[in-house]
Amino acid sequence: MITRLIFITSLTVILTACSSTSERGDSAAVEDRGNASGSSSTSGSESGSATTFGTGTDARSGMSALDDPTSPLSVRILYFDYDSSEVLPAYREVLEAHANYLVQNPNITISLEGHADERGSREYNLALGERRSQSAKRHMMLFGPASSQIRATSYGEERPIADGHNDEAWSQNRRVEIIY
Amino acid sequence: MIKRIISFLLLANLSVNTYAVLDITITQGIEEALPIAIVPFQWQGQPNDLPVTMHLTIANDLARSGRFRTMDAGDMPQTPSQFNQINFADWRLLGMENIVIGNIRQTGTGQYDIEFRLINVYSGEQVSGFRIPASRDQLRRTAHRISDIVFEKLTGVRGAFDTRIAYITVKPTPDGDKVHTLQVADADGFNPQILLESNEPLMSPAWSPDGKMIAYVSFESRNSAIYIQDILTGARQMVASNPGINSAPSWSPDGTRLALTLSKEGDPEVFILNLATRNLIRITNNRAIDTEPTWSPDGSSLLFTSDRGGSPQIYQVSSSGGTARRMTFEGNYNSRARYSPDGSSITMVHNNGGGFRIATLDLANRFVHVLTTARLDESPSFSPNGSMIIYATTRGRGTELAAVSSDGRVHQRLGLQDGDVREPEWGPFPPQ
Repeated sequence: MITRLIFITSLTVILTACSSTSERGDSAAVEDRGNASGSSSTSGSESGSATTFGTGTDARSGMSALDDPTSPLSVRILYFDYDSSEVLPAYREVLEAHANYLVQNPNITISLEGHADERGSREYNLALGERRSQSAKRHMMLFGPASSQIRATSYGEERPIADGHNDEAWSQNRRVEIIY
Repeated sequence: MIKRIISFLLLANLSVNTYAVLDITITQGIEEALPIAIVPFQWQGQPNDLPVTMHLTIANDLARSGRFRTMDAGDMPQTPSQFNQINFADWRLLGMENIVIGNIRQTGTGQYDIEFRLINVYSGEQVSGFRIPASRDQLRRTAHRISDIVFEKLTGVRGAFDTRIAYITVKPTPDGDKVHTLQVADADGFNPQILLESNEPLMSPAWSPDGKMIAYVSFESRNSAIYIQDILTGARQMVASNPGINSAPSWSPDGTRLALTLSKEGDPEVFILNLATRNLIRITNNRAIDTEPTWSPDGSSLLFTSDRGGSPQIYQVSSSGGTARRMTFEGNYNSRARYSPDGSSITMVHNNGGGFRIATLDLANRFVHVLTTARLDESPSFSPNGSMIIYATTRGRGTELAAVSSDGRVHQRLGLQDGDVREPEWGPFPPQ
């Protein structure tokens, strides 16, 4: 996923600079790619880069809350029931944690990418995916981040995680991905 | 917001591209198919000198329609190329009603004259006959034109063999990524040409009414955006890239406007974009999902999909806006409608509990006719003569194209060797 890698890289740059600037132009960030090379970013991983965020919220040295596997912030995918955009109870704490993180880091923006399973028509599923990402965004907004910090998008059924054509694959594909 | 850019992703449209030819299999025909013999065309040169075997291409076209039963050359009593060579008694004995004969003459370097005659065996008369000059590159197309003429003479319906289809392919790469392409090919799957290649998803190809442009959705900028691209030159322009969804482009019949779906105001709504003035008119206004607009053939109204009633159903609205009228009541899922060319029926994705299937709705008597039997069928599109519907079907091994006659009697599969093929959109008739 080239764009995702670029995004992760640009995020790294943003985070490196975020304490001193509010400029977050993607193109500038991408051009500054070299700045991020010192960090041990994990290529292709959904968990983002290993850059230190310096929020001071995590006691363990050298590890940010985003990378703490025991933190709800480590959960980056929310799954949904069939034909539903309702955030399941299990994910409410996750969204609250991410929302609080955004409140504490007002320079950070995230994308919520909505996805659908393959059943039915593609354009309708694109709309369903957006309904899911907007539902997740609405839930996060309860906890006070700025609306501009959360970009709700949709890929519909165009980017499945699982390529199968059965219930198991479909349940993995009905999701919202939280992209830092 | 409108950027005019040359498609940097465009692969040379004119490059020779021989891979991934669609392989067409007729899976179900009809009993009363008309017997016809396409006699091998006389050609003085070497058999391999021509890039296309005319009589086979014509026979394949006619057989593929399901309305004809073609005779193998080996079973023919004779192979005449002129009218006065035909032994009618021999053909009548075999129950053959019609035969096509022809010859190919080279008239210059890479230039040919193709002469053909359609002959009714019982009356012993010529039904039709033409001489068509063609360059080497035009020979296959000439065969399709002959198929069109034969089809129209014998069925009364204009043939749609000399047309093209657009579709999306997706192939995994060795490094675990996926390559998405937008392609156009002849209606029989030959001459596939890549118009766009991207490692981000592509969706919803839509032909302009003159067949020169294709509108589509690309995610190359990390969000959906609508582009229109000139098929010949590859030049393209972005016409919609707002926050939220930019999707489902559909050309007005006069080619001046695009109906599309935008969610920039919060939820997906149908808009009409005037391509010359860039003026944008909002057509729907409902908190539900409104998407998948498509124009009526006369341009007066749009169909679209909405779940405002609880489940996705087809609605109709005037192309100047106003109150929408629900069109589908049978089934818990009806979506992505397309009008038949004469406007008398629509085709759509339909689910009544058995799976997602292709159906038609007769607009006069409201009868829903379910045409397919699989569980993941989608993206139906009428041929420009209304006789066939092409669609995508997903099975265990992936997604491939299939077609069904609009009366549901003839089924065919268009298999590609590897990767998924989907979202077929049948192009318009070529200019006459």
